[in-house]
Amino acid sequence: MKDMNEGYITPDGRQIGGVLMELKNITLKFGGVTAIENISFDIRDGEIRAIIGPNGAGKSSMLNVISGFYIPTEGEVWFKGYKRGPMKPYEIARLGIARTFQNIALFDGMSVLDNIMTGRLTKMKKGLLAQAGWWWTGAAREEYENRDKVERIIDFLEIQNIRKTPVGRLPYGLKKRVELARALAAEPKILLLDEPMAGMNVEEKEDMCRFILDLNDEFGTTIVLIEHDMGVVMDISDRVVVMDYGKKIGDGAPDEVRNNQAVIDAYLGVAHD
Amino acid sequence: MFYRESGDFKTSYSEDSQTFPIKFDRLRYYAVLAVAFGIIPLFINDYWANAVAVPFLIYAIAAIGLNILVGYAGQVSLGTGGFMAVGAYAVYKLMTAFPEVSIFIHVILAGLITAAVGVVFGLPSLRIKGFYLAVATLAAQFFLVWLFNKVPWFYNYSASGQINAPERTVFGVFVTGAQTSAMAKYMFCLVMLTLVALVARNLTRGTVGRKWMAIRDMDIAAEIIGVNPLTTKLTAFAVSSFFIGIAGALFFAVYLGAAEVGEAFGIQKSFLILFMVIIGGLGSIFGSFAGAAFLVLLPVFLKNVLVGTLGWPTDLAAHIELMIVGGLIVAFLIAEPHGIAQLWRVAKEKLRLWPFPH
Repeated sequence: MKDMNEGYITPDGRQIGGVLMELKNITLKFGGVTAIENISFDIRDGEIRAIIGPNGAGKSSMLNVISGFYIPTEGEVWFKGYKRGPMKPYEIARLGIARTFQNIALFDGMSVLDNIMTGRLTKMKKGLLAQAGWWWTGAAREEYENRDKVERIIDFLEIQNIRKTPVGRLPYGLKKRVELARALAAEPKILLLDEPMAGMNVEEKEDMCRFILDLNDEFGTTIVLIEHDMGVVMDISDRVVVMDYGKKIGDGAPDEVRNNQAVIDAYLGVAHD
Repeated sequence: MFYRESGDFKTSYSEDSQTFPIKFDRLRYYAVLAVAFGIIPLFINDYWANAVAVPFLIYAIAAIGLNILVGYAGQVSLGTGGFMAVGAYAVYKLMTAFPEVSIFIHVILAGLITAAVGVVFGLPSLRIKGFYLAVATLAAQFFLVWLFNKVPWFYNYSASGQINAPERTVFGVFVTGAQTSAMAKYMFCLVMLTLVALVARNLTRGTVGRKWMAIRDMDIAAEIIGVNPLTTKLTAFAVSSFFIGIAGALFFAVYLGAAEVGEAFGIQKSFLILFMVIIGGLGSIFGSFAGAAFLVLLPVFLKNVLVGTLGWPTDLAAHIELMIVGGLIVAFLIAEPHGIAQLWRVAKEKLRLWPFPH
């Protein structure tokens, strides 16, 4: 489509960088079921990349491959110019890939603040003994330095008033926001959002869109998102991958995708005669 | 108003994250420490030390240890008695092998040895969860008790199979053996408990504690945001066993003086400490204290009432006492499944608003 390392300029004038992650011929099989079949696409630095498709198309599986939760049966994942070997999920988190979940996966027993602080643990280096000493070993200082960063995210997502509330008590929309905050706390290079707007009303969706655009703008975070709301996807994403039955059927700018016959067929169905 | 956050402005993160954010709580905490360290030692006698104070302090250490594993990290364990036995036998072997070294160091070393044993028996937790893990730790309990019965080296080939604590001093004062005064026993255990509680609080308020709780609440999400489940679960086992080992060492050396493993550290001990943690409140340091206090004080209190006040025969009272304690535990858990710590939390929230309902 475009030159690999040059990037491109979006219609609204944002400069998108070179390739940050490249997925080459990914195939994922569970026993006899092929969830993803020979899919290749790239994710560029600073863009908002959407993955769409009907239910069961393999979108979430794709996200799980990117986040390293599934290891693809075939194919390669290249990140920052290096081939990524098989890694444990927690090692991938340290590379700078964070995600949110379709069904909220927060730590219910902990406060909002603790949840977000947990997101920062890849940045906190003090070991067990230093933690036991707390005031004398610098663990407290490290904690407060990171708390400062977390407070910025809390400000950014406008959740100051629920800082100390246990997460289990929060309503759904706020939980989604806290989960986003937890992912952001890790200062990721790539942020994967699995249906960030599912089950929200129009107002909450607008808020969420604003947060996604703002954080892309302010922190330069590359975002990969799965979403069912076509209006949202077409509005905020720079490029869209369309999947159906585990195959890629379209890839490009929202307008290109919208007019793609295969995409229209997948969503509206084709007449069988 | 005395119990309020309003007007007490926090201007730094360290002030905001202190253990007792409300001034009244802070003062109360200092008052408790002052009474425990300054006043009780002056008045304590043998009956109070042996029946109430020392067992409470030691069980509180064990309960904090188990609470870290069960309440914070979410790994159920029924091996507490076995791990206490490791602490007891470790301190016994150390005391007899290196008589010139301070008992304080021996107790810490016994904790470290127990931590190592705990890590070994914690390995199954990487594969199995919940009730199945409980059964695996039950194996630890039975294996360890069997081991200390079977291998004479552990009890220095004594004819009775018992271990007896030799006399040891701290700063020239006897803390183990027959000559120990009630005050020395009490102070030694109190110092250990204070240290354990401080370390436990520091660990649970920071990164380590959040990793434990993340694994407890949702292990898959925890792994994806960067928690290594292997090291996290094993540190929970290590820290928990470290505290339980210290409790075991004190239980044998300071409290009992002489112990036979099956009797002192049997499966009943595992259940007793698990009950303390559940009744006190999972995932709460205060809960560990409350649970230990509840299960240590209640039988003593009942005994005093039934035998002392009502004048019942001792054997009848002993049986009735078991039934009442059991009944109270059941009733209590139905009324407040999250334990005394939750009751305490609710009470504090109410108090914060008092006298206005909202």
